[in-house]
Amino acid sequence: MSRPNTQFFARILAIAVLVSLPLWIGNSYYINIASQILIWAVLALALNLLVGYAGLTSLGHAGLFGIAGYAAAMLLAAGHGHLLAVPLALVVALLASALFAILALRATGIGFLMITLAIGQILWGIAYRWASLTNGDNGISVSSRPAPFGLSLASAPAFYYATLAVFLLALASMSVFVRSPFGASLVGTRDQARRMTALGYNVWLIRFLAILFSGFWSGVAGLLFIYYNQFISPQVMALTTSAEALLMVISGGSGTLLGPIFGAAIVVVMKNVVSAYIERWNLVLGVIFILIISFMPEGLVPGSVRLWRVGWQAWRGKRPAAAGTGSAPEAWR
Amino acid sequence: MTIKRRTVLAGMLASGAGAVAVGMPVARAQSAPFKIGLLTVKTGPLAQGGIQMEQGIAAFLKEKNNTLAGRKVELLVADTGGNPAGAKTKAQEVIERDKVNVILGPLAAFELLAITDYVRDNATPLISLAAAEDVTQRKANPFVIRPSATSGQCSHVMGDYAAKDLNLKRVATISDDFAFGHEQISAFQRAYEDAGGKVVKKLWPPLVTPDYTPFIAQIGKVDGVFHGFAGSNPVKFMRSYADLGLKGKVPLLAGWTGMDDALLKSLGDEAVGVLSAAYYSATADTPSNRRFVAAMQKDYGVLPGGYSAGMYVAGQCVEAAMQELDSKADDRKALAEALHRVALTDTPRGAVKFDQYGNVVGEVFIRRCDKKDGQLVNTVIKTYQNVSQFWSYNEREFLANPVYTRDYPPAKNLEN
Amino acid sequence: MSLWLTLAVNSIALGGLLFLLSSGFSLIFGLMRIPNLMHGSFFMLGAYLGVTLLARGLNFWVAALLSTLALALIGGLIERVLLRRLAGDPLPQVLLTLGGAFIVADLCLMLWTGDPWQPGTPEHLRGVVEVGGLYFPLFRLVIVAVGLVVAIALWLLVDWTRLGAKIRAGVDDAAIARVVGIKVSQLFTLVFALGAALAGFGGVMGAPYLSVYPGLDFEMLPLALIVVILGGTGSLLGALVGSFLIGFLYNFGQALFPDLAYVILFLPMLVILVLRPQGLFGKVVP
Repeated sequence: MSRPNTQFFARILAIAVLVSLPLWIGNSYYINIASQILIWAVLALALNLLVGYAGLTSLGHAGLFGIAGYAAAMLLAAGHGHLLAVPLALVVALLASALFAILALRATGIGFLMITLAIGQILWGIAYRWASLTNGDNGISVSSRPAPFGLSLASAPAFYYATLAVFLLALASMSVFVRSPFGASLVGTRDQARRMTALGYNVWLIRFLAILFSGFWSGVAGLLFIYYNQFISPQVMALTTSAEALLMVISGGSGTLLGPIFGAAIVVVMKNVVSAYIERWNLVLGVIFILIISFMPEGLVPGSVRLWRVGWQAWRGKRPAAAGTGSAPEAWR
Repeated sequence: MTIKRRTVLAGMLASGAGAVAVGMPVARAQSAPFKIGLLTVKTGPLAQGGIQMEQGIAAFLKEKNNTLAGRKVELLVADTGGNPAGAKTKAQEVIERDKVNVILGPLAAFELLAITDYVRDNATPLISLAAAEDVTQRKANPFVIRPSATSGQCSHVMGDYAAKDLNLKRVATISDDFAFGHEQISAFQRAYEDAGGKVVKKLWPPLVTPDYTPFIAQIGKVDGVFHGFAGSNPVKFMRSYADLGLKGKVPLLAGWTGMDDALLKSLGDEAVGVLSAAYYSATADTPSNRRFVAAMQKDYGVLPGGYSAGMYVAGQCVEAAMQELDSKADDRKALAEALHRVALTDTPRGAVKFDQYGNVVGEVFIRRCDKKDGQLVNTVIKTYQNVSQFWSYNEREFLANPVYTRDYPPAKNLEN
Repeated sequence: MSLWLTLAVNSIALGGLLFLLSSGFSLIFGLMRIPNLMHGSFFMLGAYLGVTLLARGLNFWVAALLSTLALALIGGLIERVLLRRLAGDPLPQVLLTLGGAFIVADLCLMLWTGDPWQPGTPEHLRGVVEVGGLYFPLFRLVIVAVGLVVAIALWLLVDWTRLGAKIRAGVDDAAIARVVGIKVSQLFTLVFALGAALAGFGGVMGAPYLSVYPGLDFEMLPLALIVVILGGTGSLLGALVGSFLIGFLYNFGQALFPDLAYVILFLPMLVILVLRPQGLFGKVVP
C-alpha cells in the first residue's frame, strides 16, 4: 500500500493548498479561521504525543498552553521585547512540563488523567485568583505582534504564514520524533511497559522526556494563541480547553499525525463558522462526535482510510481484507 | 434548530466561491442595508442574559419594522459562547466578513476587554452592555459607548441609600469573585463609607460555587448585607440566605443583576423585601417602556430586565445617530462620534445622554421586591436623576485613582 | 462558635448530596470502568425533569421517582445503543460521553431556556431543625438520610444479592461469567441504567438546594470525579467516605482559607493522588 510516489505528491499537494490558501479563501476572516485551526492543531498534535503514542491521557494541557501564554504576555506587558519574551516563555513551559511530569508520572491510566486534571485546575485557579500577577479575569492585552526579520505579522495573511511555518515545523519534528528509535520505545512503554522495563529501558525517563517534548509544543501553541488574540485571560486555562484539545485528538484519530489536525479543524469550524448559521451548533457537534465514534471508533482519519480501503476492495470485487480496526495504516503514521 | 438560509448562502459564497466574493463590487449605495452585529451569548452558562439581549434588540427592530431613519436594517447575531477568544473571533466575523456598521454587545466584561483594542483598530463603533469600568474611564475608547451602566454606577447609589436612607451602620458584602463583582462592591463600599457607613466584612465566593452556606455562615452580626451576584447565582444565594434564617433578620440589598426584573420568575418568597439599585425598571411609566414591555410580553411571554432593555436602548441610540448623520451613516468614525452626542428623552429607562467618555448619564432606581397577586414585582421607591459613572465625585480625582478592584479602595473597617 | 457548628452540619448535608451524585458514578466508573462524562448531564437532566414535574403540582417524591425512572430509561438506551460497542476502550468512551453531554446541555437550553429554575422546598420538608441553639433547614438533613438509605441499599445489592454477585463476576471476568451462563450484556445495561437513575434522583433532591441552570452539568461532573477518585474507584465505601470528606473539606476550606478558594478541592486531590494514586480506599490494580 505504501507507495512513496503517491505519498510524496499528496504531501506536495497539501502544502501547496496550505500555502496558497490566503489567495483563494477570500475574506481575511476565513484566513484567521485557518490560522486558528493551525494553532489548535499544534496543541492537539502535542497532546497526541502523549495520548496516542505514550498512552498517557492528559486533561491538563491547557495549563501548559496557558502558562507559556501568560509568561510571554506578562513579560511583554512589563515592557520586555519579543526576543526575550518568547524564549523565556518556552523555558517556563519546559519547567512547568517537568514539574507536571514528575507529579503526573506517579500514576498511569486514569490516575495520570486525574492528576493532570488537578494540575490544570490549580493552574487555572492561580491565574484567576492571583490578580496582582495576572490581572485576574480582566486578562492581559498584548499590544503588538512580533516582526521577525522585519516582517510585520499584523495582517491576517502574514500571521497565517507565520503560523503555517511553525505548524509545519511542529509536524515535521513530531514526525521525526515518532519514527525515531525513541518514538518506538515510547510506543513500547504504551503497549508493554513491563517488558520494556525488563529489557532495561527506563520507562519513567522515556515518558518524562515525551512529556517535555509535548509540553514544549503546547507552549509554542500557547504563544501563537496569545499573538493571534493579542489577549489572554484565565478562560484559556479552563478545563474546557483541555477537554477540547482531547476531543480534537480522539475524534481525528489518536496515534496518527494527521488525525489531530482534522480534529482541530472540526472543532474550530463548528465553534466559529458553523455557529453563525446553526444556533444549536453544540448539539450538532455532539452528534458529529457520536457519529464518528459509532462508525470509526479509531477516529476520523484512520477510520476513513479503513472504510475507503474496504469500499475500494469491494468495488474491485475482492474480499475486504480482515484489517484490524484498532490501528491506522502504516502510510498515515 | 434554526438555519438562516440567507446567511448560509452568503457563507457558502464567501467560503466555497471565495474568488467570486473577492471580485464582487463593494456596494456602498444608500440602498444597502445598515448592518447591526450583535455579539451575545446563546449557548453555555451565560446564555440567560445573552438570550435576553437578543430579544431586546429584536423587539426594538420589530417595532421599527426593521427600518431606522428611513433605511433598512439587518441584524446579524453572533454567539460568542461567553468567552474572550470566542468574542474576538465573532467580532472578526461581523467586522471583517459581514462589514457591520455597528456592534451591539457583548455581555460580559472579560469579553469586552478582549475586543476593545480590536474594534478601535478596525474603526467600528460598539455599544456595550458589559460593565467593565475602565472602557469608559481610564482607557476610554472613542468607538465605544455604553447606554447600560458601569459596574459601579448603580451600586454607588445603593451605597449612598444604605447609609443615608436606611441608616445602616455596619454592612457585609458578598459577591461573585470576578471583575464585575469587584467593581460593584468597591463602588458600593466607597459611596457607603463616604456617607458614614462601615463595611465590616467582604466575602468572595468563586463564580462557580455549588453551595453558599459556608460563606453565609461567616456573615456574622451586621445591619445589612449587600450582594452583587449575577447570572443564575442570585437565585441560589438568596434561597440559602433565607434557608439559614437570615431573611427577615438582616436586610438584603442587591445590585441590578442580583434582582433583575427578568430574574423574578425564577425567584420565590425568599426574594420578597430585597432592595436593589438598577438602571432599568419594568414598571417605569414612559411611552417607550410601555411599548417595550408589551412587546416582550407578547413575543416572548417574559417581563424584560436590564439585559433586554439595555439592547433596546442601544437600538434607539443607533437610530438617533443615523437620523443625525442621514446619508453619512456609513462613515463609521462619524457614527461613533454621533453616538457620543446622542441624547434621548424617552427610552424604557428614562432620559439618556452620554458623558465625554461614552458612558450613560441617566436614572437609577431603588426598588423593593413585593409580592402582588402571587407575583413578585420590584416596586420603585426612590429615583435618582442624572446619575453618572462618577457618582458625586469629582471626575478628575476619580480618574486619577486606580480602577476599582477586589482590594481598591482598601476596606479600612473590616472586622476579624 | 455557631459558625463552626453551621459548617459542620452543612458539611454533612453537602456530603449527603455529593453521595447521591457520585454513587451512580462509582457504579459506572468503578464497576464498569466507563469514564462516563455524561454523569453531570444526567444529574442536570434529572433536576430539570423534577422541576417541570413539580411545577405541574406533583408530589415531591412522585416527581423524584418519575425523573429517576426517566433517567434509568435514558441511561439504559445510551448503554444499549451506543456505549456497548466500545467496551473496554476508554478513549472512544470519553469522546462519546462528552459528545452526549454536549447534546444534553444544548437540548436542556432549548427546552428549559437559559433561565435558572428553583423549585420550592417541598411543603412537608420545609421545617427548621434546631441543633445546639442553631437553626438548620430540615430539607438538607433529609438529603443526608436519603443518601444513607441509598448507600445501604446499594451495599446490600452489590455485596449480598445474587444480582450483585453476577455483576461482580461480570466485571471481574466477562468471558468466564458468560460461560457460566450470566447474561453479562444485560447486566451492564442494568448497571449503567442504575447509575444514571441515581444521578437523576440526586438532581431532583438537589434542585431546591442548588437550583437548576445551564452549566450545572459541568459543575457537578468534577465533584463526582473527585469524590470517586479520592475514595478509590470501585469502592462504594470509598464513595461514601469521599463524599463526606469533600463536604467537610469544602465547607471548612472555604471559611478558613478564602485565598485558596479555587484550589480547595483540587489541591488535596493532587496531594492524595501523588502520594497514593489508587485513592484512599482503592485497591492497587495490577
